[in-house]
Amino acid sequence: MSERRPIPFRGGGFAPTPRRVVPWIVFAVLIGLWQAASSSGLLPSLFLPSPAAIARALYDLWLDGTLMEHVTASLKRIVPGWIIGTAAGLAVGLAMGIFSSARAAGLPVVSALFPIPKIALLPVLILWLGIGEPSKVATIALGVFFPTVISAYTACDSVPRNLIRMGQSFGLPARDIVAKIVLPGSMPGILAGFRISASVALLLVVAAEMIGAQHGIGAFVLTAGNLMQTDQLLAGVVMLSILGLLISWGLGAIERSVLRWR
Amino acid sequence: MPLHIEGVCHSYGPVAALDAIDLDIADGETVALIGPSGCGKSTLLGIIGGLLQPTAGRVSLSGPPPADSLNPFTYVFQDFALLPWRSVSANVALALEHRGLSATECRERVAAALALTGLTEFAAAYPKQLSGGMRQRVGIARALVVRPAVLLLDEPLSALDAQTRELLMEDLLAIWARERSTRVYVTHNLEEAARLADRVVVLSRRPGRIREVLRIDVPVAERGRPEHTALLIEVHRKLWALIRDEAATAEREIQNV
Repeated sequence: MSERRPIPFRGGGFAPTPRRVVPWIVFAVLIGLWQAASSSGLLPSLFLPSPAAIARALYDLWLDGTLMEHVTASLKRIVPGWIIGTAAGLAVGLAMGIFSSARAAGLPVVSALFPIPKIALLPVLILWLGIGEPSKVATIALGVFFPTVISAYTACDSVPRNLIRMGQSFGLPARDIVAKIVLPGSMPGILAGFRISASVALLLVVAAEMIGAQHGIGAFVLTAGNLMQTDQLLAGVVMLSILGLLISWGLGAIERSVLRWR
Repeated sequence: MPLHIEGVCHSYGPVAALDAIDLDIADGETVALIGPSGCGKSTLLGIIGGLLQPTAGRVSLSGPPPADSLNPFTYVFQDFALLPWRSVSANVALALEHRGLSATECRERVAAALALTGLTEFAAAYPKQLSGGMRQRVGIARALVVRPAVLLLDEPLSALDAQTRELLMEDLLAIWARERSTRVYVTHNLEEAARLADRVVVLSRRPGRIREVLRIDVPVAERGRPEHTALLIEVHRKLWALIRDEAATAEREIQNV
């Protein structure tokens, strides 16, 4: 009998394996390098303050209440702007997804207006609504409206046709087909759209506050930059990133509970 | 209920799919529609179920509907068509909810349909947790919960593996024995037709015409017995002889979709 040679393993298929510690190590190493470069004087603190200095600035701003004042001012623009834009966007987007006539009427208008960077409309909105809060809220609402329309409409469209035919074959009235098949089937797409529209809202609030506001994170970051208070500036940026993370975490929690069936 | 198909023609644009189909199906009879792909068998089922408008001809029912029937026609789909966000019992209840029944009656009917299909202990599960065979059992329970006069099955076992298919055929035979309805069963599987149907209608290729109607004289319930094995093999052979050439042509055709 001839020699038996084992067959070498050549599978695996590049399957990703979880590495829980690696992300934390990467963060720690990056921040450590940055801190070391700052402490050794390699990075001038005016251009890039050390992580410790930013953390201290953030802590001081928290203590004297400035941080919350600006965060609150920004949230008072984001929340109503996002809610108005989302409500209107869902209404229009779902109508376009369900009714052919609404689609025919809406699609060209939405396609034409969607690519406009909404911040460019702020001057017009200031002309119409004044320099105060309404123009900023309206900018955010407009910015949120269009991506919401598109995500709601494509979400409706992606509901499998065979499920709708199933509803028809069982004699479900049209409103039941919408309520029991189209809307729940659109939820994944709509919730994915919320992530996009939330990041648009955050972007627009900063931009709008930089153009004309006393309070708000955008205004705070701009003022700190003008005064060359780089540690304060970056503390504001860190606050924005925390805000973004919190929003995305909240939306993730909503998705997990609403889409448990997936 | 007896079902009458008279002069049904259908075309998709310039392409004729069905040509002058005449067929009477008796009350409580199971008719299998088979034919090569593209013979319009699913189209014919859609027309019977009122989901497609025939270009010409008509389909009608005669006689009184069964007393407790809520919906004369229900469907079982090849791809199950379950709502993934509803549990098994809620998927079955979907067929009832808009019929204005009391909550108690709804629950009782759903429970009966689940019991009939062996799903009672899976009532709270979601479709993604179930195997293909169990999903199709949910599809069958949903179709039966309204006690249909006519049950339309559109390739119900085609998406299942061979072993599951065998098991579901046994289940269907048990259901045939307990639920009295007229059934139209579309399939491309000759064995399913030979085992489950009283009559097998063989359609020809585009445009679909009735090529042959084959009555199988042994009652469906007795076909599992060893003495009928030869008969089933003979039916299978006859059916294959009828569609083999056209199936080969259909398979070699370039699709213009």
